[in-house]
Amino acid sequence: MIMYDWLQTIILFAILIILTKPMGIFMMNVYRGECTFLSPILCPLESLIYRICGVDRQEAMGWKRYAWSMVLFNLVLFAALFVMLMVQHLLPFNPQKVPSFTWQLALNTAISFMTNTNWQTYSGEQAASYFTQTAGLAVHNFLSAATGMAVVVALIRGFVSRKTASIGNFWVDMTRSTLYILLPFSIIGAILLVPQGVIQNYSDYKTVPLLQSTSYDRPKVDHKGIPLKDTAGKPVTEHVPIQEVTIPMGPVASQEAIKELGTNGGGFFNANSSHPFENPTPLSNFLEILLILLIPASLTHTFGLMVGNTRQGWGVLTAMLLLLVLSLGSLQWAEKSGNPLVSRLAVSGSNMEGKEVRFGLAGSSLFTVATTGTSCGAVNTMHDSLTPLGGLVPLSLILTGEVVFGGVGSGLYTMLAFAIIAVFISGLMIGRIPEYLGKKIEVTEMWMSILVILTAGITVLIFSGIALVTPSAVASMSNPGTHGLTQVLYAFASMANNNGSAFAGLNANINFYNLLGSLAMLLGRYVPAIAVLAMAGSLAEKKYIPPSLGTLPTDRAPFVIWLVLVILIIGALTFFPALALGPGVEHLMMIG
Amino acid sequence: MKDIKPAILLFIIFTIICGGIYPALVTGVAYFLFPKQAAGSFITDKSGKVLGSTLIGQPFSDPKYFWPRPSATSDFTNNAMASGGSNAGPTNPSYIRTVSDRIKTLRDTGVTGKIPADLVQASASGLDPHITPESALLQVPRVAKARGVSEEMLIKIVAQTTEGRQLRFLGAPRVNVLVLNHALGS
Repeated sequence: MIMYDWLQTIILFAILIILTKPMGIFMMNVYRGECTFLSPILCPLESLIYRICGVDRQEAMGWKRYAWSMVLFNLVLFAALFVMLMVQHLLPFNPQKVPSFTWQLALNTAISFMTNTNWQTYSGEQAASYFTQTAGLAVHNFLSAATGMAVVVALIRGFVSRKTASIGNFWVDMTRSTLYILLPFSIIGAILLVPQGVIQNYSDYKTVPLLQSTSYDRPKVDHKGIPLKDTAGKPVTEHVPIQEVTIPMGPVASQEAIKELGTNGGGFFNANSSHPFENPTPLSNFLEILLILLIPASLTHTFGLMVGNTRQGWGVLTAMLLLLVLSLGSLQWAEKSGNPLVSRLAVSGSNMEGKEVRFGLAGSSLFTVATTGTSCGAVNTMHDSLTPLGGLVPLSLILTGEVVFGGVGSGLYTMLAFAIIAVFISGLMIGRIPEYLGKKIEVTEMWMSILVILTAGITVLIFSGIALVTPSAVASMSNPGTHGLTQVLYAFASMANNNGSAFAGLNANINFYNLLGSLAMLLGRYVPAIAVLAMAGSLAEKKYIPPSLGTLPTDRAPFVIWLVLVILIIGALTFFPALALGPGVEHLMMIG
Repeated sequence: MKDIKPAILLFIIFTIICGGIYPALVTGVAYFLFPKQAAGSFITDKSGKVLGSTLIGQPFSDPKYFWPRPSATSDFTNNAMASGGSNAGPTNPSYIRTVSDRIKTLRDTGVTGKIPADLVQASASGLDPHITPESALLQVPRVAKARGVSEEMLIKIVAQTTEGRQLRFLGAPRVNVLVLNHALGS
């Protein structure tokens, strides 16, 4: 059992590391505007797009214009999806005749998909039409991922450029990210997933007979929808026999591929990647984990190549891997140990609540770590039902800013902000002027790095605090006691860090979470992104300082370890009290 | 302000490419290469009547059938229109009571010894089509008694239905409950 868990883990990371290099080179070529093996097909299309849109691909942008273009483009994304959700019932490809969203839910969903969060307080199979899923949500999956990639490429250019105001062209970076990277790999991913059993069709939902019929008692309601009660005050129920069951259909594979590749995470169905139509086999699970990690891992190599020292990229990747091994080990151990409250009822095996048999423990743990170490947020395991210390792992990964491979683009730029902080602190300790990649780290860089790292954390703590003194927000907790606190903390951690996974027992489809959550997602996405662009602009204008004896080498093992420690220390200092009160106390109660 | 034009036009173009052409292309290729899987992995009987999807678990509670994993879907268990898990926290008292009740139901059918976790803890999707081989074997005496057949024959059918690790190293061994129960009927 344990041997297979390890084998699966090792093979996954071996494949990932083997793919990092060619994929990193490929992405470097894409961002340098050079020819790739896809150019013969895509170059004419790309030129056509620029011609139609009036984009001059040679035009260089300063950071303000780059940031403005990004904000403007995201505003268009938001407006389009918001309107689409509000008029969903009038649009085509809606075989189930699902109605429109309420404005609060439409607002939350539009912001959620625009910010690459994909927090969902609706249930896909019941609330979203095929048109919404493909022409609305999936398009946002592509374009929000491309936005993140554009921002990190701009930052890398800031390190590389010397005494210039330009950090690239947002339209070109966004277009090339989508056209050359996200689209081709999504097509490959989707076509690999279908033979495993991921569905892909536009059929009506299908009704099939049950081999053994079942039934349930439904509370009777009057014509106003108010539950009826008998004279004794007990609710009146009626017996409903069930002989057949409706199975939802849809274009799932195309959605699934970009949902993982773009680290978006919004499920086609409510059960997300635990649903057998989204993730039918252990192999589809393996492929989906690989898709989640592919771009974030490879971007570290693109970074190394672009700054002219691939060891810088491998150093960052190693730091990520160290954090990953630590998290995966903890989660695997916590879940394997099981829940003593259940085990003592003579139940054997690891904790299986909220898990699927086919994935095995390693398949569940790997997916959970991958989805929260990045900003993906798809789930194949219900995080709410993890053991307390098991649930602490995804929560901590999100709270430390999703830097274990990270979201596409956003993960690497957050990691580079941590690297700048690490350089600065070590510079203070050894009395040297902090430099990173040949650029002096000064006040602007420090301010911006701090904004990148602390915005989400401060948002999480303040908003969770507000939730805990708001009666309607507290009433949404589905589990009593300290676990309820963890549910709220997880909700804001997930939204402010643009993850999108949840301790899903929390009833988040109320105005409080829909509206305050929208604000958390906006702050968590755009404050860091704009700060990164401002930093890119500032770095680009600096001159290059060649490394000297006084320079701290950032491509060596000691720095990698130091970087990991800085991440852990900042995370621990910010969140220790909240985490101790949530998962910490619950663990003691469970083993007590 | 000149950036408004590319913002709107790029969005429209990518909606057509990523939201229209891309899913249509994948659907076309999927139907051409893997029509059965793309449609939902449905199984039919000899007359062509659809029996269900091998991927979507169905509810069973009759002693003569193998039972699936507990499911927390709303209205009734394994309700495919309401996929999802229980989201019960590990120390939630009502959740621990639910697990105790499930154990009691199994004990009432004559089960002794330790019970595999997958048979008393609810799945993530609420539609998990599989149980572990241990959970299937645990139910053999009950099903044999209800059907008046030998346990050896059922053990054989369970063994035939058991799927191993995919590519020999991925996932966990498992038994598809719907397939197993259909195999019993014939």
